[in-house]
Amino acid sequence: MPAKFTRKPRKGRKSIIPGFGLTMGFTLAWLSLIVLIPLSTVFIRAAGMGLEEFLEVGFSPRAIAAYQVSFGTAFAAALVNAVFGMIVAWVIVRYEFPGKRIFDALIDLPFALPTAVAGIALTAIYAGNGWIGQFLEPLGIRVAYNPIGITIALIFIGLPFIVRSVEPVLADLSSEVEEAALSLGATPRQVFTRVILPTLLPALLTGFALALARGVGEYGSVIFIAGNMPFESEIAPLLILTQLEQYDYAGATAMAVVMLLVSFAMLLFINLVQAWSRRRVGA
Amino acid sequence: MISLDGISKRFGTFDALRNIDLEVRDDEFLALLGPSGSGKTTLLRIIAGLAFPDAGRVSFNGEDVTDLKVADRKVGFVFQHYALFRHMSVADNVGFGLSVRPRRQRPRKPEIRARARDLLELVQLGGLEDRYPAQLSGGQRQRVALARALAVEPQLLLLDEPFGALDAKVRKELRRWLRQLHEQMKLTSIFVTHDQEEALELADRVVVMNDGAIEQIGPPEDIYMAPRSSFVSGFVGDTNSLPVTVADGVPRFHDRPIAVDAAGVAEGSARLDFRPHDIALDGDQAGSLPMIVTGAYRTGGNWRVEGTVSGLSRVIEIDLATDRPPPEPGQRLALRITRGRLFPDEKARP
Amino acid sequence: MTASVYRKSGGARWLVAVALTFMVLFLVLPLATVFAEALARGFEAYGATLTHPDAIAAIKLTLTVAAISVPLNVVFGIAAAWAIAKFDFPGKSLLVTFIDLPFSVSPVVAGLVYVLLFGMQGWLGPWLREHDIQIIFAVPGIVLATIFVTFPFVARELIPLMAEQGRDDEEAALSLGASGFQTFLRVTLPNIRWGLFYGVLLCNARAMGEFGAVSVVSGHLRGLTNTMPLHVEILYNEYNFVAAFAVASLLALLALLTLVLKSILEWRFGYHHGSAGH
Repeated sequence: MPAKFTRKPRKGRKSIIPGFGLTMGFTLAWLSLIVLIPLSTVFIRAAGMGLEEFLEVGFSPRAIAAYQVSFGTAFAAALVNAVFGMIVAWVIVRYEFPGKRIFDALIDLPFALPTAVAGIALTAIYAGNGWIGQFLEPLGIRVAYNPIGITIALIFIGLPFIVRSVEPVLADLSSEVEEAALSLGATPRQVFTRVILPTLLPALLTGFALALARGVGEYGSVIFIAGNMPFESEIAPLLILTQLEQYDYAGATAMAVVMLLVSFAMLLFINLVQAWSRRRVGA
Repeated sequence: MISLDGISKRFGTFDALRNIDLEVRDDEFLALLGPSGSGKTTLLRIIAGLAFPDAGRVSFNGEDVTDLKVADRKVGFVFQHYALFRHMSVADNVGFGLSVRPRRQRPRKPEIRARARDLLELVQLGGLEDRYPAQLSGGQRQRVALARALAVEPQLLLLDEPFGALDAKVRKELRRWLRQLHEQMKLTSIFVTHDQEEALELADRVVVMNDGAIEQIGPPEDIYMAPRSSFVSGFVGDTNSLPVTVADGVPRFHDRPIAVDAAGVAEGSARLDFRPHDIALDGDQAGSLPMIVTGAYRTGGNWRVEGTVSGLSRVIEIDLATDRPPPEPGQRLALRITRGRLFPDEKARP
Repeated sequence: MTASVYRKSGGARWLVAVALTFMVLFLVLPLATVFAEALARGFEAYGATLTHPDAIAAIKLTLTVAAISVPLNVVFGIAAAWAIAKFDFPGKSLLVTFIDLPFSVSPVVAGLVYVLLFGMQGWLGPWLREHDIQIIFAVPGIVLATIFVTFPFVARELIPLMAEQGRDDEEAALSLGASGFQTFLRVTLPNIRWGLFYGVLLCNARAMGEFGAVSVVSGHLRGLTNTMPLHVEILYNEYNFVAAFAVASLLALLALLTLVLKSILEWRFGYHHGSAGH
């Protein structure tokens, strides 16, 4: 280098916009205090238990049954939502019908309505003497107080995740693309399965995973309609709460760790799907 | 006078600027011209104090301002996409710089408003004070951004691609107007552009940049007529480039000697650059290039004729006067290069 | 705008019918039920339930909790978005993932972590008891749990918005001599106001409606640590359905108000929020 470089290279001064130290410091401090440190206590507690005890209480028969109920119902609800949520998104993006704007706004109701309110309302509808339950009961169909009821609550909770994930992709998908496929000789069915569905797939998967993750951990909307019978209709979050109320901290901690690991796995999955989708369609 | 001394800047592993030296004279209108990624905008931002060099020094009138931030340098910066504050009226945008001054130096509100109105008159937008940026055309927004930058009475005006976002006709009008405004105000100004026509038309001097370094500095005429590198001659104006071999002081294209002075050019392979208008047609076959015409179209007062030369994969473009009909495709022309420049061959391209 | 090739096919009407039935069944019906049940015994009973001291205490507590947690999340959201959107630094996407984390944690687990930290059996439990500070089964615990579950709302809304707006406006303001604080107040804040309002709206709805996390840390002390959603549960479990639905109807009105304001933002101001994930 020429001799005129008397000054040392300045490092790390990338932006003249002020406030990085202040805002970053506050962000990290607040994030650590509210989220990271509290969450890590569960893992540290669990680590202190030893593997054998952890497996014993974290995967007791009752806990396994509770996981099965939570995952099974959340999966079923997410599947139902994947189908009907896509139809709803399709109809809202593509068709005009009276009250469309109101329905469009109502899609977000599950985000805005407190879960406990949703829970008691759904129970009132589907209980044996409820608005819909009274017609189903004579047919021998019981909806409330069993896993079907849980699934119904989780369909309510999960609907906006699918619709709001799929909707923008569907709106972006110009009709030119469909017309191009048609002009190349594709049938409407082929246009759907070969052009539209593959485009929607990443968004659909993301929405599905978001709905599933939310459903597995959901508590408020479920407990009223669930029946809460151990081994039958007891969800994992309720069992954690029950153990906590009985001062069984070990059991609650172990189950919480299992639930958290599952959440992280799903978060990772969602991030991978989005990275894959970005790579593929560059959006 | 503004001087840059050994400015270097890296982004990660990418050398955005390597050891740039540059002096900007008082009152001059200077263009930083180069392709995207050449470092011209980074250099402008370093002069403004919006970015800081990893090494080197920036001084204004002998005073070292390297560590001063943009607010303390008394520069006006016009952003490529104008960066007008959407929620403020045109007058509030123009008056913003005055209204954020410390209370003691801050003019009173009516004064700020009057000053904004004067500046808007200057940029020919009188009467639009109460409009919002969204209600203006692209050219009007550009002029509001200019008025806003001038409101703080800068000692230096910096413009980043000032016409980049405008359509061709508006661009041309605004260019002429900006040139006049500069002559009227005599404010040292630097603008960044990738459009050679813009640089040649507006600037007193042009700085041609490539790959983080300065290729050439000079008045527009020199840049066009006496390019110092193959890059400059290729980037500024249309150029044909022939791979030649220099032997015994004579450049040859496929053993065909070409009558261009090769004094001072090293023996071996080189590039011969010539402009489309630096040719003559003559019947003499010796020392001329045979070109097969593939097409012709009109560009202003000339025929732009395209054709191929055997042994060269790229198309050759030449200009012919329109006093005769254009040559037919397939016709054979004998070209004599009347003025060309030889450059050492950097990359061996066919 | 979009002329779908499916528009004229016979299935269109059928699809609209399926979608509408689904939405009526899962969205309209539950909402209607809340109000129908709340008014099942007439307006007088409705009014009487809502003026009961326990109900009023629950309403007050819910408002207090929201009044503390929402502003804190606004400050955090703005700070996080400023740092993340206006600057480049390594580990940015990891930080964003951490900020999103509370969305994927079960509310019950969220409550549990605070019990493990501050409860009698928790790490800081003995120390807190010595100094006579109560967090669990008291208002501070409810506030903490609420901040946790609403943590990402404002930040999530602002990060993509501020990233999309870039740095030009701030640089322009700084080049005109504005200080950092003036730049934020007069340029950045007006630019993000609709996004901020949107984030606050959703954050507030969740803060007032949170049930699971609050349920774990509250201890359900009537008149003391009972928020509105918890009060709904107590009344419901006592088979006092009209009262339960009456309190629930207030929360449902809050949800409707949230949706109306949100729609106004979207329709009138053309605001499109960045993410689907909450």
